Amino acid sequence: MKTKTFPRGIHPPEGKKPTAEKELEFLPPPEKVIIPLHQHFGNPAEVLVKKGEDVYLGQKIGESTSLFSACVHASVSGKVLSIDGHNHPLGKPVLSVTLANDGEDRIHPDLKETEDPFSLDPDRIRHKVKDAGIVGLGGAAFPTAVKITPPKDKPIDIVIINGCECEPVLTADYRLMMEYPDEILKGAELVRIATGADRILVGIEDNKRKAFELFQQKAATYSAEVFLVKTKYPQGAEKNLIYALLGREVQRGGLPFDVGVVVQNVGTAKAVWDAVKKGKPLYERALTVSGNGIREPKNLIARIGTPFQVVADFCGGLSEEANMIIMGGPMMGLSQWVLDVPVVKGTSGILALASPKPAAEFTCIRCGRCVEHCPMGLVPTQLMKYVKYNQLTQAENWGALDCVECGSCQYSCPAKIPLVHWIRLGKNQIMSQRRKKSA
Amino acid sequence: MSENTFIIQSSPHYLDKDSVPKIMYTVIFALLPAVAASLYFFGLRAVGLYVSCLVACLATEAIFLLVRKKPIQSLWDGSVVITGLLLAMTLPPTLSLELAVIGSVVAVAIGKQVFGGLGHNIFNPALVGRAFLQTAFPVAMTTWLPPTALSIDTATYATPLANLKFQEAVVHGTLTPIKQLFWGNTGGCIGETSAIALLVGAILLIAKKTIDWRIPAGIILALTAFTGIFWLAAPDQYASPLFHILAGGLVIGAFFMATDMVTSPIYSKSTWIYALGIGIMVGLVRLFGGFPEGVMYAILFMNTLVPLLNRTFRPRILGERRNPA
Repeated sequence: MKTKTFPRGIHPPEGKKPTAEKELEFLPPPEKVIIPLHQHFGNPAEVLVKKGEDVYLGQKIGESTSLFSACVHASVSGKVLSIDGHNHPLGKPVLSVTLANDGEDRIHPDLKETEDPFSLDPDRIRHKVKDAGIVGLGGAAFPTAVKITPPKDKPIDIVIINGCECEPVLTADYRLMMEYPDEILKGAELVRIATGADRILVGIEDNKRKAFELFQQKAATYSAEVFLVKTKYPQGAEKNLIYALLGREVQRGGLPFDVGVVVQNVGTAKAVWDAVKKGKPLYERALTVSGNGIREPKNLIARIGTPFQVVADFCGGLSEEANMIIMGGPMMGLSQWVLDVPVVKGTSGILALASPKPAAEFTCIRCGRCVEHCPMGLVPTQLMKYVKYNQLTQAENWGALDCVECGSCQYSCPAKIPLVHWIRLGKNQIMSQRRKKSA
Repeated sequence: MSENTFIIQSSPHYLDKDSVPKIMYTVIFALLPAVAASLYFFGLRAVGLYVSCLVACLATEAIFLLVRKKPIQSLWDGSVVITGLLLAMTLPPTLSLELAVIGSVVAVAIGKQVFGGLGHNIFNPALVGRAFLQTAFPVAMTTWLPPTALSIDTATYATPLANLKFQEAVVHGTLTPIKQLFWGNTGGCIGETSAIALLVGAILLIAKKTIDWRIPAGIILALTAFTGIFWLAAPDQYASPLFHILAGGLVIGAFFMATDMVTSPIYSKSTWIYALGIGIMVGLVRLFGGFPEGVMYAILFMNTLVPLLNRTFRPRILGERRNPA
């Protein structure tokens, strides 16, 4: 079978072997969880509980009136120990609710099963998704309720379920596909109903053939079309996957809505099913713990708010040489300076790396490899120069804001220039200029 | 710093193993067969040129790095060694070593360092050095010797291209045989005569993707088309395209000089324009210009257009309209 793909991109070492065949294990809920009120793209939630209050598992403890936000739920039952700023994987301290686990996992009495979720109308589904605090679990943590509420003038015809997991090392999505295929496809069907789409397409990279075959068997039952896509980074990047599967190009600055598509990660689809069918809010997620700095790499289902330290200890602890902790994959993940941060909704993996000293940086020799590999068709070296010399208008014209920060350019740069860092800086400067102008 | 803190860095955390020095040393490695061929054909004269060019280039680079307070270890990134090698390879075997040194100083100082060093130069440094020598010492730069390893019967001291241009070799039937051009037992600059030795290295560079195959392909395509038209029209007056490809500095120029990353375009569309331009310019000079050879000027000329090409033919961004309204 011919695999579909997009132009350019890179082939970094996959590093998925250590965990690919390890089943998802439930990480025992820790004694204490730290639940940040801001774990998603958009506005923070406002706290709904008080210090000393007793909470149920799955009880809503944070909610925002803003559209671009997501609710936050208790991931254990027990007492609210404190509500204050705590280290967050994104780098800045965030207002967080610390809960003492009573170890009983008393589920909130209001959380009930739905008899026939497929008969619900789109609004009902969206409401349940919003109530469950679901966000994109691929890593970007965009509120799912917003994503499945397309504007009236943008009809959706296709739901894409993203099973690419193109980030090296991570295997949690693969495990979800192997162990929960029905839940994923049922969740996809709910997304299809909510968005009014006609078809469901599933894209799986050809290094996960077992998952592809499993999904093909199931596909008939759920009227989903399963496609094999080429193992190439960043195949799972939204705009590239849409192009690979449909040949549709999302316009510069546009969203998948504009071409009638909604893309959901496999984990998100499962979470949608759990929320709508079982009434289960998003209080746990699948993640991969791996890297050459961890003793026993594993795939886990961990409660939101579990400190990284607890996760690392469960996986045999760090090796002596480990000098880097990354939340997410090695290409787009965020490095952490301490283990005293909680698992959040966007934690697709925790990697411990024993990383060698960074290679020396050279000046750009204009080899053009960054251009050759950029999945968005940008000229990273030129963007870097524009940002460096403060020519922000030029940087914008040359597509700085189109950059998805996938890191393909920097990966292939022989001069070891931190291209992504420069472009990110440029994007921030352009956006802050815009805010100033509009203010 | 407490012992439980970790390194913070911006993503991505995986980087490819290739690096600037690795690229440079791969090029140097790929030049070795041609260097060996030149030593075989031109003996001690070639040794003298290599030594003086390399020493002078390294010394000039070192002085500039010291004066500009740049890290001295950049001397060993390999780029200046390439400049020295390439310059020596494009010099005639008779050239005195003082002139080789002067050419080297110009190559590194004017060709590279005044622009800001590695990555900032517009022109191929070795060719800048050579162009300077050609202009300042035209006679010394066009005095040729038959290769020492050659049997004596080739009485001419001219290069195959000079022979073609000034002796009407096609008409008289004295054109240098293709076989000689291929193996390299003919007159010319020390490193350019053996096409086979150069091609062995070039194949390595293309296989390792160190050089962009489009550049030699475009040059050879354009030169073949250009010289081919005339050859087909009047084969008794014009040399064949194959002769033009193998003679003179075309192979070394197309595979090792035009492909210099710093001075060639960074996207494929501009690369094609650049390469085709070089091929046509070479043909123009060889067939209608005052000089027998035009590779050097063709590359230098197209080098000047690279910044413009890089600006004009920006790749299409995903989702960008093909024809902006």
